[in-house]
Amino acid sequence: MAFVDSSKHESLSNVGNRFIVLSLIVALVLNLLPLQGIALSLRPDCVALLVLYWSINQPQRVGMGASFIMGLMMDVGDASMFGQHALSYSVMSFIALLMHRRLRIFSIYKQIPQVTLLLLSAQLVMLLTGILINANLPEWDFLLASVSGALLWPLLPTLVRIPQRRRPDSNVL
Amino acid sequence: METAPQFFRHGPGPLARLLFFALLSLLLMVMDTRFKYLPEIRQTIAMVLNPLQRMAYLPAEIFDQVSGLFVSRSLVDEITHLRGRHLSDQGKLLELSALEAENVQLRNLLEMELRVEVQSTTAEILYIPNDPFSRKVTLDKGSLSGTQLGQVVVDDVGVIGQITRIYPWMSEVTLITDKDHSVPVQLVRNGLRSMVVGIGQDGIMELRYLAANADIQSGDLLVTSGIDGIYPPGLPVATVSKIESDTTYSFARITCIPAAGVSRNRQVLILSPLPPIPERPEEPVESIRKDKKRGKIGLR
Repeated sequence: MAFVDSSKHESLSNVGNRFIVLSLIVALVLNLLPLQGIALSLRPDCVALLVLYWSINQPQRVGMGASFIMGLMMDVGDASMFGQHALSYSVMSFIALLMHRRLRIFSIYKQIPQVTLLLLSAQLVMLLTGILINANLPEWDFLLASVSGALLWPLLPTLVRIPQRRRPDSNVL
Repeated sequence: METAPQFFRHGPGPLARLLFFALLSLLLMVMDTRFKYLPEIRQTIAMVLNPLQRMAYLPAEIFDQVSGLFVSRSLVDEITHLRGRHLSDQGKLLELSALEAENVQLRNLLEMELRVEVQSTTAEILYIPNDPFSRKVTLDKGSLSGTQLGQVVVDDVGVIGQITRIYPWMSEVTLITDKDHSVPVQLVRNGLRSMVVGIGQDGIMELRYLAANADIQSGDLLVTSGIDGIYPPGLPVATVSKIESDTTYSFARITCIPAAGVSRNRQVLILSPLPPIPERPEEPVESIRKDKKRGKIGLR
């Protein structure tokens, strides 16, 4: 299993910076989609998911700094307190950075529980800062976003690799 | 904490970096909530984000337009309904203009100041931010179209909220249901004044500081009292839904349902700011000082 994963890693190692930025922008747009009701509470935090994905698979390129900047973007987009998402993403990225070697040993399906915990840690940081400034306490379904995000996790490598597969094709043509 | 051998390391270690970013974001949070600094940074990021937001809004817009092609039937219904409402409103308007004239005359007779007419501009709800920690809406009018901080936003039935943050192309409205957002109100039935405070949940608010024996019934309509100089008087805010008067507390626990809702329609009105209320007369400082001195002497 570990052998298969390392080969995947190799195919990802030649990912361009431009591609990473593009994927993060797409995640931002997905996060900004105007949704309501159940769809809104079930919608995973795509930015958190991708930041996590890149900081596990490309820790040299996407680290706490990139997570922090993406967090600031989300703070403005979500009209929340400035720095709230930034803090939670950088904490999540930090834990991912400590764990990334161990995480990559597991198959993508076995990563799901740990990814759930990582996403929950980000939400926990948000919750704590929310309590600190005496904001509204969210309903319990606030935490569903982590679960749905973690369930999407196995799809992420294929989704991320779609544009990469096309690239050699276009060269051939 | 050792994640990589020393010779592979780039820059400071992960813990140091985490501390740096944590401190930086804490600093930003404190500056944002306590001192309301950083509007420039926020605005720059908002400018970068604006095209992305418009892009995210595109599917909904396309869906609206496509579904708009298939609604001619419901449009006919809506037109007949609106015609009926227009007629009844017209009757009420005629009555109102007569009353207004009478009011002006009476106020002239009593030498009172005339009520100010409130101007309004329409805006559209662009986006409902997904922040579980606050109740906010983004409108498509910003400082470029003359929107100002503190302006009141209403829909066809009542108050929605107040503009609390402004970008060049859009503005953020804090809803009246946001936690600790308070609106001074008055009971229509008997003119009792109080405050309606949001508790951070949709569709529920609290009427505070009314005595347990206050004359209030469920179903009472609450309108803005206008004594704050921000909300123009007479706008519907909420209706009383439940009253729990417990004699162990000095105040009754009264819950209300807000009149207006954001989920119902996308068009809202931004009301023009009221003229500044006359300043409070300065308190006679001298006499207070003397009183304090006297008090001290008395204590000795």
